[in-house]
Amino acid sequence: MADTATTTETVRVARPPRPAGRRPRDTPGVFGALSHVALVVWAILVIGPILWTFLASFKTNAEIVGDAPLALPQAYDWGAWGRAWDKAHIGRYMLNTALVVGASTFLTMLFGSMAAYVLARYRFFGNRAVYYLFVSGLAFPVFLALVPLFFVVRNLGLIDTHLGVILVYVAYSLPFTVFFLSAFFRTLPTSVAEAAMMDGASHTRTFFQIMMPMARPGLVSITIFNIIGQWNQYLLPIVLLSGAVEDKWLLTQGIANINTNAGYEADWPGLFAALSMAILPMLVVYIIFQRQIQSGLTAGAVK
Amino acid sequence: MRWRGGGGAGGFSGAKARTYGFVFSFLLVPLVLYVVFVIGPYAQAFYISLTNWKGISATPTFVGMENFTRLLGDEVFWAAVRHHGLLLLALPLVTIAVALFFAFLLNIGGGRRGRTAGVPGSKFYRVVYFFPQVLAVAVVGVLFQAVYRPDGTGVLNGLLALAGIDPVGWLIEPDLALWSIMAVLVWQLVGFYVVLFSAGMSAIPQDVFEAAALDGAGRFRLFFGITLPLIWDTIQVGWVYLGIAAFDCFALVQVLSVDRGGPDNATTVLPLEIWRTAFTFSKFGYASAMGVALFFLTITFAALSLRVTRRERIEL
Repeated sequence: MADTATTTETVRVARPPRPAGRRPRDTPGVFGALSHVALVVWAILVIGPILWTFLASFKTNAEIVGDAPLALPQAYDWGAWGRAWDKAHIGRYMLNTALVVGASTFLTMLFGSMAAYVLARYRFFGNRAVYYLFVSGLAFPVFLALVPLFFVVRNLGLIDTHLGVILVYVAYSLPFTVFFLSAFFRTLPTSVAEAAMMDGASHTRTFFQIMMPMARPGLVSITIFNIIGQWNQYLLPIVLLSGAVEDKWLLTQGIANINTNAGYEADWPGLFAALSMAILPMLVVYIIFQRQIQSGLTAGAVK
Repeated sequence: MRWRGGGGAGGFSGAKARTYGFVFSFLLVPLVLYVVFVIGPYAQAFYISLTNWKGISATPTFVGMENFTRLLGDEVFWAAVRHHGLLLLALPLVTIAVALFFAFLLNIGGGRRGRTAGVPGSKFYRVVYFFPQVLAVAVVGVLFQAVYRPDGTGVLNGLLALAGIDPVGWLIEPDLALWSIMAVLVWQLVGFYVVLFSAGMSAIPQDVFEAAALDGAGRFRLFFGITLPLIWDTIQVGWVYLGIAAFDCFALVQVLSVDRGGPDNATTVLPLEIWRTAFTFSKFGYASAMGVALFFLTITFAALSLRVTRRERIEL
């Protein structure tokens, strides 16, 4: 930083004098250095706890409860990872979560884009009413619905089932999905769809073969938004999947439960291995798709 | 009999019927799911809040406003509301300030003479800062339990020990616990707003900065005089988002705090009380009344911030 600053000064002196009024005031050096320190510190704050968790998964119990929390593990032992995967059922929870989120995101996108398309492109009686009904869902906190939701799901016989969780995820993802996608469908040109209709394509075929491919950028953003939102959901699983069906639990509630038990069972490395396993896939996916993920998650706010 | 109309309304009545059939078939499933699982429960919650419903067998008895009058005298309820108020003030302020600072450095602050450029490595920082946003709040809560452990075994206390400072009870000191939890929220959220504000800043035309720099504006003027007013809309969006987040905090408080909302209700929030009142104590009527209270708090906040937004627009 300091080096560049001096070079700039020299260059400025060497140049012919600028016309009056052109006096660029720089505050290089100190400001640049301080700001860089701030950036580095925050990066360490972000990486630090995550890195510490990975390292702690290789430590022994004694090392973790010992008085040197910042020390590196003495030996790298994968035992805790095996225990977390089998005994603490992280493998099972992860598979459950992948199945539930896979199904619910697919259905959210299917039903959400169907509703959004019809609401955006067709004029019919009640169109606005249905649209505002969907969008109004954005204004309500989910905690208000919690008690009745539990009983609705129970009365349908879907409590403690993955199907129940999937349907609830889809229903609660619809407001934002419909809101976002109907705005998106409205921006697409009408001519291609009209030409297809002239050629005899049905409404349904026009939607799936013409409109869906055209809407791809919007669909990708909102799919990422829904996958991450549903994958990280914690409240709905703990309400809809009780302690009676531990084999059906999802990752977030499993991790929270291991956390509660880690103290009693005195298996801290197991907890940190479980935590690492929950973080690692997100890290890999994030590094590969970070561009799409950033734009997908901020999509709602930028509009 | 092919459909040959233009736009939504067909020329022939057969085509029109087909259009309506299509609209109906596309709306049916999403609408049924939405009404059964979302609208229905929301509507029922208002009714249940007026009953003393305690569970499975007993039928709900209508008790009018009793739950709400009891709520007014409930210390835990007021503690939770106070915490939301505190979060509502501090969380957006801190998060937005930190995120604006970093976004400015990453997009504009690194340039010279109005040539806007980020500091070296700005792409790397943006990627790193955003990552916590991708993690589940429950996972983050467990992660920070190790950071905040009260004795010498905690990560943070380990760092303090290097400086010769005694261990701090981050989560067990009643006066400190809520702030510790808020710090985790800021930790997780800042990256999102850095990316959001970066998008706003990169939309500002380059010549605006060049012109200002030629007129002799330094970095502080570039920030307060140009960047801030020009991305004011984005900041307001961020403020509303963070305000709504201040009314949630369920997962983090439930996982991270001592005794779920403790010590001694020092960190409790309404969502946690709703969940606990319903699913631990089976007081479904009372829990729904809290839900209604939460709803009105959220709506009031949203309405107020919309009003502020409108006024700002006129001024601009």
